[in-house]
Amino acid sequence: MSIDAEQVRRIAHLARIGLAADEAQRYIGDLESILGMVERMRAVPTDGVVPLPHPIDVGQRLRPDVVTEQDERELFQTDAPAVADGFYLVPRVVE
Amino acid sequence: MTSDGTLVELSARITQGDIGCREVAERCLARIEQGSHLNAFISIDAERVLARAAALDAMPEADRGPLHGLPIAVKDIFCQAGVETTAGSRMLQGWRAPYDAHVIQRLEAAGALLVGKTNMDEFAMGSSGENSHYGPTRNPWNTERVPGGSSSGSAAAVASGMVPAALGTDTGGSIRQPAAFCGLTGLKPTYGRVSRWGMIAFASSLDQAGPMAWTAADLALLLAAMAGCDERDSTSVDRPVDAYSAALEAPIEGRRIGIPDALLGEDVAAPVRAAVDAAKRTFEQLGATTHAVSLPTALAGVPAYYVLAPAEASTNLARYDGVRFGHRCSSPQSLEDLYLRSRAEGFGSEVKRRILTGTYVLSVGYYEAYYLHAQRVRRLIRDEFLAAFEDVDAILAPTTPGVAFALGEKTDDPVAMYQQDVFTIPANLAGIPALSMPAGLSAGMPLGVQLLGPHFAETTLLNLAHAFQTATDHHLARPAGAAA
Amino acid sequence: MSGWETVIGLEVHVQLATASKIFSGAPNRFGAEPNRQASAVDLGLPGVLPVLNEAVVEMALRFGLAVEAQIAPVTQFARKNYFYPDLPKGYQISQLDHPIIGPGRLEIVVPTAAGDETRTIGITRAHLEEDAGKSIHDQLPGLTAVDLNRAGTPLLEIVSEPDLRSATEAVAYLRELHAIVRDLGISDGNMNEGSMRCDANVSIRPRGTREFGTRTEIKNLNSFRFLEKAIEFEVERQIEILESGGRIIQETRLYDAERNETRSMRSKEEAEDYRYFPDPDLLPLAITPKMISAVARSMPELPRARRERLREQFGLSEYDARHVGADRATASYFEACAAAAGDAKLAANWIMGELASLLNREELEIEHAPVTAESLGTLIARIRDATISSKIAKTVFDIMVTEGDDPDAIIEARGLRQMSDSGELQRLVDEVVTANPAQVEQFRAGKTKVLGFFVGQVMKATGGKANPQQLNELLRARLEDGD
Repeated sequence: MSIDAEQVRRIAHLARIGLAADEAQRYIGDLESILGMVERMRAVPTDGVVPLPHPIDVGQRLRPDVVTEQDERELFQTDAPAVADGFYLVPRVVE
Repeated sequence: MTSDGTLVELSARITQGDIGCREVAERCLARIEQGSHLNAFISIDAERVLARAAALDAMPEADRGPLHGLPIAVKDIFCQAGVETTAGSRMLQGWRAPYDAHVIQRLEAAGALLVGKTNMDEFAMGSSGENSHYGPTRNPWNTERVPGGSSSGSAAAVASGMVPAALGTDTGGSIRQPAAFCGLTGLKPTYGRVSRWGMIAFASSLDQAGPMAWTAADLALLLAAMAGCDERDSTSVDRPVDAYSAALEAPIEGRRIGIPDALLGEDVAAPVRAAVDAAKRTFEQLGATTHAVSLPTALAGVPAYYVLAPAEASTNLARYDGVRFGHRCSSPQSLEDLYLRSRAEGFGSEVKRRILTGTYVLSVGYYEAYYLHAQRVRRLIRDEFLAAFEDVDAILAPTTPGVAFALGEKTDDPVAMYQQDVFTIPANLAGIPALSMPAGLSAGMPLGVQLLGPHFAETTLLNLAHAFQTATDHHLARPAGAAA
Repeated sequence: MSGWETVIGLEVHVQLATASKIFSGAPNRFGAEPNRQASAVDLGLPGVLPVLNEAVVEMALRFGLAVEAQIAPVTQFARKNYFYPDLPKGYQISQLDHPIIGPGRLEIVVPTAAGDETRTIGITRAHLEEDAGKSIHDQLPGLTAVDLNRAGTPLLEIVSEPDLRSATEAVAYLRELHAIVRDLGISDGNMNEGSMRCDANVSIRPRGTREFGTRTEIKNLNSFRFLEKAIEFEVERQIEILESGGRIIQETRLYDAERNETRSMRSKEEAEDYRYFPDPDLLPLAITPKMISAVARSMPELPRARRERLREQFGLSEYDARHVGADRATASYFEACAAAAGDAKLAANWIMGELASLLNREELEIEHAPVTAESLGTLIARIRDATISSKIAKTVFDIMVTEGDDPDAIIEARGLRQMSDSGELQRLVDEVVTANPAQVEQFRAGKTKVLGFFVGQVMKATGGKANPQQLNELLRARLEDGD
C-alpha cells in the first residue's frame, strides 16, 4: 500500500487538520502500515454479501412531533470560544 | 487504607447502617489521593462528592435506590451536567457538559455516589491508556505497565481499590481489555442495550457503555441500573431489562459453551491459552458442556474494524471545529486557519491518525474498496456468531493475546497496538454482549478470558461468570500495595 | 424560434411545517433571536444524538402520494461531510442511496400563445434532510456571525428530471409544487422566509439533438420571478458563449437580482468530496404498507383534481378553474363566494379581478383577505338582483375594504341602492331631455352616440344610482318618441 504526500495533504485538508511538514511525513508511514494491515481483509471472499452498517436488525424508532426543548442559549454558550449578541463568531468568511 | 470490598459487600454494609455515605465518600477520596501516582482520574470535585454523600445520608430509607451510596467512578467520556468532560482530549479541556449522559442519570437515580471522571485514551482511541492528553494511566499491578485502554483510569481506579466499580465504554475492547489487564470483570453489553445519549461518540455503530468491577455479581447490579430504552437514542432498543442479579445463581448444568479453535492460534501467548483451557475445564466441572464452534472470519475483525471505526470517528469528530465549544487556536487569521490549527492543536496524534484513516477510506475512489468491503466482512462475522449461537449458549475465548505490556512498548507501532484488540473486536462488530473475567496470573500479572453471547444474553453471561467465580478465586487476586 | 433548446432540471428545497425540528425537540419556527431555538442536538454538542420526527416522514409520504411516486420500502439517512461554520456537526444528515421518495411525476399547465398546454414532468426523487444555520457576513467587521436557529429545520428536497424546456415551464412547475405542498399542509411555502428555495440546472443544446449540453447550477433562487429571470439570463449567456465558439464550464452560479445576471461562485480549489456514508446514529427506516395507507386516507384534494372538479361542478372555463383553483385557500374562498353570490362565473371574475389586485397591492394571502368570501358573494348577489350596478359595486367593495364588511349595510347607509322607481327616473329623463334641445336634435338626426351624453347626465343627477338598463330604455323611448 503506497500513499504519497499529495494524498495525505488532500485527506488532511478534507479533515481540516493542519499538519507540519515532518508530521505529514510521519503520517504517510503510519497510513501505509495501517492500510497495509487493512488489506488483510481482502482475503475474505465477500461476493454477494450485503454490507452491514448496524449490528442489530431493528428498525428506526420515531419521535412524536412535539416541542420538548427550551431555550438554553446562555447555558450552551457558557464555554463557547467566541460569542457576541447570541451569535457564534468566526473569522470573516469571504463569499 | 483498606478498600471497601466489592459493590455487593459495601451495599450490604450501607444498608445495615455499618457505614454512612459520607464516610464512604471520604474514604474513597482519601484512597484516590493516595493512588494519585496511577493517574487514574482526570477530575474530581470533592466538594460535590461530599455534598452528594450528605444528601444521600439524609435521604429517607423509602427513597433509597439499589445503588444507594455506592461510590462509582465514571470514564471521562460521559457528560455530567456542570462537570468538566474532556474525553481525554485537549480539545475539550475545560468544557463543562450542559447535560447528563443517560447512564449518569440512571446511576444517580439509583442512588450511586459518582466520585469523579477517570482518565482514558483520547476519545476512547487506544488500547493502553497512553493516548491521554492528561498523561498515561499506570497499572496498579505493576506501575511500569499499561492498564490497557481505552477505559484505563476506570480499570486502574477499581484495581487499586480506590472505588469498587467504574463505568467504561467499549468500542473495540475498551472495557474488556483493561479489565483483563487489571484483574477485573468487565461487561460490554449488547449494542443498543444501554443508551449512548451523552456519551461522547467514537464510532457510533460500535460504542457501548458498560460496568467494570471485581465480580459478575457487581456487574449485574450496575447493568440493571444502566440498561433500558432511552427515547433520545434511536439505536437504543425497546426491550425489557432482565433481572440480572436474580438470575446469577441459576444452575449452569447443561449450558453449552463454544470454543472457537480459530481464536486460539499461534499469536496467543501460552499462559493465555492455558487460562482458556483451565476455564473450559472449570465450566465442564460445573456441569456445562463444551463444543467446538467455527468462527472463520473473526480474525478478519481487526482490519474491518480499523476501516469502520476510523470512518465513523472521522465524521463524529468533525464537530470539534473550535466554533461552538472546545479548543480554539489563538488569533485565527481566517476560517481555514481556525479549523486547521484548532484541530491540529486540540487532537493528539492517535486521534489524528484515525481521523486521517477514516477520511481516506470514505473518500471518493476508496469507499467501495474499503468501507463497503469492511461492512461485508462485518456481516459475515456477525452471521457466523449468530450461526454458532444456534448450537451454544455462549462462547469462551481469550480477552487479550497476552498480559499487560510495558508503558511505551507499542507506542511507535500503531498496527502492533491495534492487534491487541483481535479477540475483543468481533463482539463489537457483531453487536453481541461480551464479558471478560479474571482467569489467573502470569508472572504476577492478571489474565482474562471472555464469554460472548447472543444479542441480549447478558443474563447468560453473568450467570456463567458468577458460577465460575463461585468455583474459582481468580477474581479475588489483588495487586500488591493496593488498598486491600 | 432560436436554434437552441433549453433543458432545465430543478432541485427544490421545501421546509416542512412541523412543530419541532427533524432530529430534535427544538421548535421549528422562523424569526427567533439568534441561537435561541438551537438545542444541544441542533448545535452538535458532544454526546448528543438525533431522533427522527415522525411528522417529517408522514409529510414526505404525503408528497410522494401526491406525485404518484414510488415509495422506498426501506429508507436510510446518510452523512454528507463538509466543514462550514453554519453546519454544526461538520456533516449534514441527508439521504443518498435510499431516498424516502423515488421516481414520480407532476402534471403542469403551461400557458402558451396557442393556449394552455399540459405537460408531465418527471420527479427523480425526494429526500429528507436537515437545514443548516445561517452565516451573517456583514454584521461585525472582520467576523462572520453564526445563528443556528435554522439548523435542523426539516427539508424535503425534490429533484426533477431535466424535463423542463423553458423558464416559463420552470415557473409553472415551481408554482405547481408550491400549490401542492401548501395543499398538502406540509409547508407554508413562504418564499420570503426561505420556506421554499430552488436550484436550477440549466443547459442548452441544438434543437433536435438528444445529447445534453454542459450544465450550470444556479443556486438559491427564492422567488418565481428570480427563477424566471435567472434562467432567461443564463440561457442567453450560454447561447452567446456557444455561438461565439466558446465552451460552457460546469459550475455553480449565483443569481444577482439587482443586476439581473448570474455569476460564477468562486471556483473551489478542489472538487468537493462529501464522503457520504450511512449515518450510524440512525437505523434504516422501514416504510410499511400500513404507514402508506394511513397517509393515503388523510390525503387532501390535490390541485389537478380540484381544477377538474371546479370545471365540472361550477361550469368554469379552464382558465378560470386554473386561477381560482390555484391553491386550496383560493378555491375555498371561491366556493364560499360563489354559493353566496349564486353566480360562479361572476364570483370567479371578482376574485381574479378586484380581489386579486387588492391582495397583490396589500401583499396579502387570500386567507387574510379583508373581505370575506361570504360578503363578496353577497355583494355580487346585489349586482345580480339589480340592487346596485357593477360600477357601484366596485365603490361598495372599496368601502368594504377600508371600513367594514357588510355590503348591504354600506348600500343602505350611503343610499347606493339603484334608482328603480320608474316615476322618479322618468322625471329626471324628461328634465334632461328638455334642458338639452341641441343634443336631442343630433340624436334624432341619427347620431345615436349622443345617447351616452344623456345617460351621463342622468347618472350624474342620481349619483350613479340609476339602473343603467332601465335608464337606457326610458331614454330611448323618450328620444325616439319625440313630443
